[in-house]
Amino acid sequence: MTMKKKKTIFTAVVLAVLLAACVAVDLTLPSYHIAVTVIKKATVYALVAVSMNLLNGFTGLFSLGQAGFMLLGAYAYGVLTIPVAKRASVYQYFDGGAIQFSLPEIFAGFLGDTVGSTVGMLLALLVGGLLAALMAYLIGLPVLRLKSDYLAIATLGFAEILRAFFQWNALGPITNGSNLLKSYPTFAHATPYVILAGLMIAVILLLITSTYGRAFRAIRDDEVAAEAMGINLARHKRMAFIISSFFAGIGGGMMAMYMGTIAAAPFKSTLTYEILLIVVIGGIGSITGSVLASFLYIFSSEWLLRGLDSGKFLGINSPIFKNGFRMVVLSVIIMCIVLFFRKGIMGDKELPDLLDRRSRKRKKEAAGK
Amino acid sequence: MSKNVLKVENVTMQFGGVVAVDNLNLEINEGEIVALIGPNGAGKTTAFNVVTGVYQPTNGAVWFNGEKIVENHPQGKMKSMYKGEHAGEYTGVLAPTPDKITKLGLARTFQNIRLWKSQTVFNNVLIAKHCRSTSNVFSATFRMNRKEEAAQRAHVEELLKIVGLYDVKDELATSLPYGKQRRLEIARALAAEPQLLLLDEPAAGMNPQETDELTAFIGEIRDRFKLTIFLIEHHMNLVMGISDRIYVLDFGKLIAEGTPAEIQNNQRVIDAYLGVADDA
Repeated sequence: MTMKKKKTIFTAVVLAVLLAACVAVDLTLPSYHIAVTVIKKATVYALVAVSMNLLNGFTGLFSLGQAGFMLLGAYAYGVLTIPVAKRASVYQYFDGGAIQFSLPEIFAGFLGDTVGSTVGMLLALLVGGLLAALMAYLIGLPVLRLKSDYLAIATLGFAEILRAFFQWNALGPITNGSNLLKSYPTFAHATPYVILAGLMIAVILLLITSTYGRAFRAIRDDEVAAEAMGINLARHKRMAFIISSFFAGIGGGMMAMYMGTIAAAPFKSTLTYEILLIVVIGGIGSITGSVLASFLYIFSSEWLLRGLDSGKFLGINSPIFKNGFRMVVLSVIIMCIVLFFRKGIMGDKELPDLLDRRSRKRKKEAAGK
Repeated sequence: MSKNVLKVENVTMQFGGVVAVDNLNLEINEGEIVALIGPNGAGKTTAFNVVTGVYQPTNGAVWFNGEKIVENHPQGKMKSMYKGEHAGEYTGVLAPTPDKITKLGLARTFQNIRLWKSQTVFNNVLIAKHCRSTSNVFSATFRMNRKEEAAQRAHVEELLKIVGLYDVKDELATSLPYGKQRRLEIARALAAEPQLLLLDEPAAGMNPQETDELTAFIGEIRDRFKLTIFLIEHHMNLVMGISDRIYVLDFGKLIAEGTPAEIQNNQRVIDAYLGVADDA
């Protein structure tokens, strides 16, 4: 058996086991169980982290606009899927809002309830992604001329402006101003999230291993050489930015699904930092790393370390275990990871590379240098 | 009469008050190997950078295959600072980015090796083929370009065999010894399917044996790929051994041009650059 075949089988087995585990969780646990919540949130974060990795890790563009694009996706999803009958109560301060249709209901009309509303929901996600991509194109025109930190500041600023803009009362008939969007349909189980995010990540993976993905990595490694070898920098950077934002927009829509209500407040820059943290912990330039890190991060912050906030952790009662202590411990753990795993958990390796002896040897050599 | 591939016409490159290249004129014909030599700081690499689009010249034009690819005239602050001649001759502005010039059929290597560090030898060459691929981002992502990709991979393997790096194709580019990295840079440039190859000090840091091998190698690839080669080099054995013609730059100015024999006997070149050999 060739190495390549071995790797493919290994990857397929790992993915199948994970999917089966997720289905098992869905079948045995009620949908409000913390395990289901963790899986949902972690898959959403994984998708956004991978999209950020595509830009920051593979193309070398240090952008911090992810929260802004997620916000666009989330709002697009909410606005397009709230059932018409509920609009009056959701948009109570804006006379029921300006938009009087709901994609899931339209499709339920001629595709049947289950299929139709699912199609409508997926379409709303897609619209969110496209909206984010369009916005990325517009912002990219001026912003992508900037480099490194300056690009980060510009994109961060854009995300903050977008958040303020969406809370503006004049936009109320669409965004409901600073009030919540709610009552829209969501997936109750974790499996749809996993499948959806898995498919998106697979597409990103295909992109990264294509000739365009190689060109992105060339730009990251050496812009001057990349340009001299015929890679149009402006075009490829714009492309990476748009694609990354598209997936961040879809991630935002899924985040809306997971949260059940949409407001602009959660899409602060802290959200971007959380995602950036996941990318760094997982390993800049590793898709597997981003996915793994987002599960670890969400699992520990949402579940494992919960007790640190509520007085009891690992059976120990202590007065210092009160609100906020969880974040202290999490910060220490993250610092340790950054100190001892300089290149993150996975470095720039992927899942199949774990079988690879040569890459392990290479890692040793790199460590020796 | 053979065809004119590259023509540099009245090119001046001024950085503020510093004139790096002063009114340079040169022509390279199809199939020739032409060397550009001169002391350090004479403006050789700057001239390369103007030709490949990295810098926009202060004044002058560059022609490639009879087509004007770069043109500029003093403007803005340079208008009052410009010291060169031919100031009124150029009116247009043509400033394509380096990638566009590469696509026209002009590829280069770098003086200080610029390989893509995180990539394997194979990928370094394969990425250079990206500019020749016709797929768009969707067809590439969803693998509708399998045929083209396979052809590119086959071509890269062939190139690696020619430059003698096939057995290290899965190594990281930076793990190669210096001489092989230089060869890899040449292979990468060849992958962009150029007509004119620009080599910026291809033998820098090589020992005499490696230099001799490289000399033979450059001649070989010229014949095999029907290339025209323009190179900067300090190893006189290499330059005198393979060049059809030589241009000599000193302080940005062209001080001589001619065949290797003519250059070796040119008093100005000897004074400025070559010096008198110890064993002569």
